[in-house]
Amino acid sequence: MAMTMTQKILAAHSGESEVVAGQLIEARLDLVLGNDVTAPVAIREFERIPGAAVFDRGKIALVPDHFAPNKDIESAEQCKAMREFARKHGIENYFEIGCMGIEHALLPERGLVLPGELVIGADSHTCTYGAAGAFSTGVGSTDMAAGMATGVAWFKVPSAIRFALHGGLGGWASGKDLILSIIGAIGVDGALYRSMEFVGPGVASLTMEERFTVANMAIEAGAKNGIFPVDEKTRAWAASVSNRPYVEYAADPDAEYERTITIDLSTIRPTVAFPHLPSNTRPASGSGVVAIDQVVIGSCTNGRIEDLRVAAEILKGRRVADGVRCIVFPATQKIYLQAIREGLIEAFIEAGAIVSTPTCGPCLGGHMGILAEGERAIATTNRNFVGRMGHPKSEVYLASPATAAASAIAGKIVDPEEVLEAPGRRG
Amino acid sequence: MENGSRVWKYGDDVDTDVIVPARYLTTSVPEELAAHCMEDIDSGFAKAVSPGDVIVAGGNFGCGSSREHAPIAIKASGVSCVVAASFARIFFRNAINIGLPILECPEAAAEAENGDRMSVDLASGMIRNLTRGTSHAAAPFPPFMRGIMDAGGLIAYVSAKSSAGSRKGS
Repeated sequence: MAMTMTQKILAAHSGESEVVAGQLIEARLDLVLGNDVTAPVAIREFERIPGAAVFDRGKIALVPDHFAPNKDIESAEQCKAMREFARKHGIENYFEIGCMGIEHALLPERGLVLPGELVIGADSHTCTYGAAGAFSTGVGSTDMAAGMATGVAWFKVPSAIRFALHGGLGGWASGKDLILSIIGAIGVDGALYRSMEFVGPGVASLTMEERFTVANMAIEAGAKNGIFPVDEKTRAWAASVSNRPYVEYAADPDAEYERTITIDLSTIRPTVAFPHLPSNTRPASGSGVVAIDQVVIGSCTNGRIEDLRVAAEILKGRRVADGVRCIVFPATQKIYLQAIREGLIEAFIEAGAIVSTPTCGPCLGGHMGILAEGERAIATTNRNFVGRMGHPKSEVYLASPATAAASAIAGKIVDPEEVLEAPGRRG
Repeated sequence: MENGSRVWKYGDDVDTDVIVPARYLTTSVPEELAAHCMEDIDSGFAKAVSPGDVIVAGGNFGCGSSREHAPIAIKASGVSCVVAASFARIFFRNAINIGLPILECPEAAAEAENGDRMSVDLASGMIRNLTRGTSHAAAPFPPFMRGIMDAGGLIAYVSAKSSAGSRKGS
């Protein structure tokens, strides 16, 4: 029976020649991920297993990124618990802050996730690695604990929605605008329990960074995973991060999908998700007058080098509006260093922005940019739920790096074209 | 429980950020998390909830972050069951894994109002709304998931399996 790309990967990891939607399987894990919020709970559960040992020291990744650098004594204790666990069990992929980054940018950069692999992570944005042609999905801490001990996890094989992409993005439109538009169209539960498989000739026009952004937010439509086919860009990227062998999987031509949604990429415009759901989208140009107090550029969604380049291109030689706080978070140490070498950090600081060490910080209302009552932020992050970035009566508007940077200059939410003379980076 | 349990009713897309805001994730102690449960959408919940009460909600309950702290907070609040039209998938897994009873039943979820009295039979999946005099059957769990719940959660399930020497898939 024909299978989707996701089903092929799940079948290969469960020792089955084929799997069908709805089937419960036990699958072999290539990597198990946790962070300083979720791993401490997982460690507590792990230690309840009699005689527990990790299944493979090289296939577990522990990343202190949420409240790291430690924001207070309690978060320092959580990071310490993870650090001690990593030492005790000889975990090879524990990343202290000097070599750290936001987990979903760091793991691909380190070559820890390659096409065809199966990854679970105790963080909902683990679905990011679908950009690399892997199956990856978020789980909770107990699943992480069981995964660390056994190297397997149970899954219900998902059905899929196919997104057929045509044409190419134009102007200032980006992968972020694409995924926000999709979530706006299908809703925050539009892909509940399902795979989102992105296919079609338009895929080739998306950069790897854009694919990571798109797959990252599959969870915001309720999806189990989002996944892209492996093409020349994927192979070139994989060769640049690792020399490990990997297997490419592709959907069968006659695979069954619940439905197909066709998207002409040239119709995608800069898009903003208004409070308090990622599906509450509007064109940036139709936002009305929404004055902002803070701009956040970064996160696992949009903290990669290409994102910083776009933001710097817009901010260079301009000024962040009076009364607006603009905070830039490179997603990893490597990206941070690259941004310094390219002069991007200088452009940010000269424009009146500040630049932080990598951290999930403000995205989840943790630290480094919390909002007060009544304040508004435009952010390149992934969630705008009530209280997400601070006070329950604060507001978060989700957008691309270009829209966020342009809004920082305008002091209100704008389409980049409204403040820039250039017609957009793609012309 | 003859008089049934009190219903706490919420709408669609209740996310894990409002079930337990990230500012409290510097702890994973169940009782400390319970003290802030539902705080950002219902500031009175944590103080007024009683053991055995039931949360009833619309679709996509528990969407967003994978934080297991969310079902841990609900369980530690004394809530005996969450009935929703549908659950976000990570929350669904987490609830099963930690032994927080959940039932998916759109009809019971749509009908219930805040303050109703409800009686839930987890074994049969029968949900009775005593205030409205109605009954609905929730979809039963597949045997595999019942196995995890019967074992007392995923860790007990995995422990039993590994001690039986039946680990699979390496």
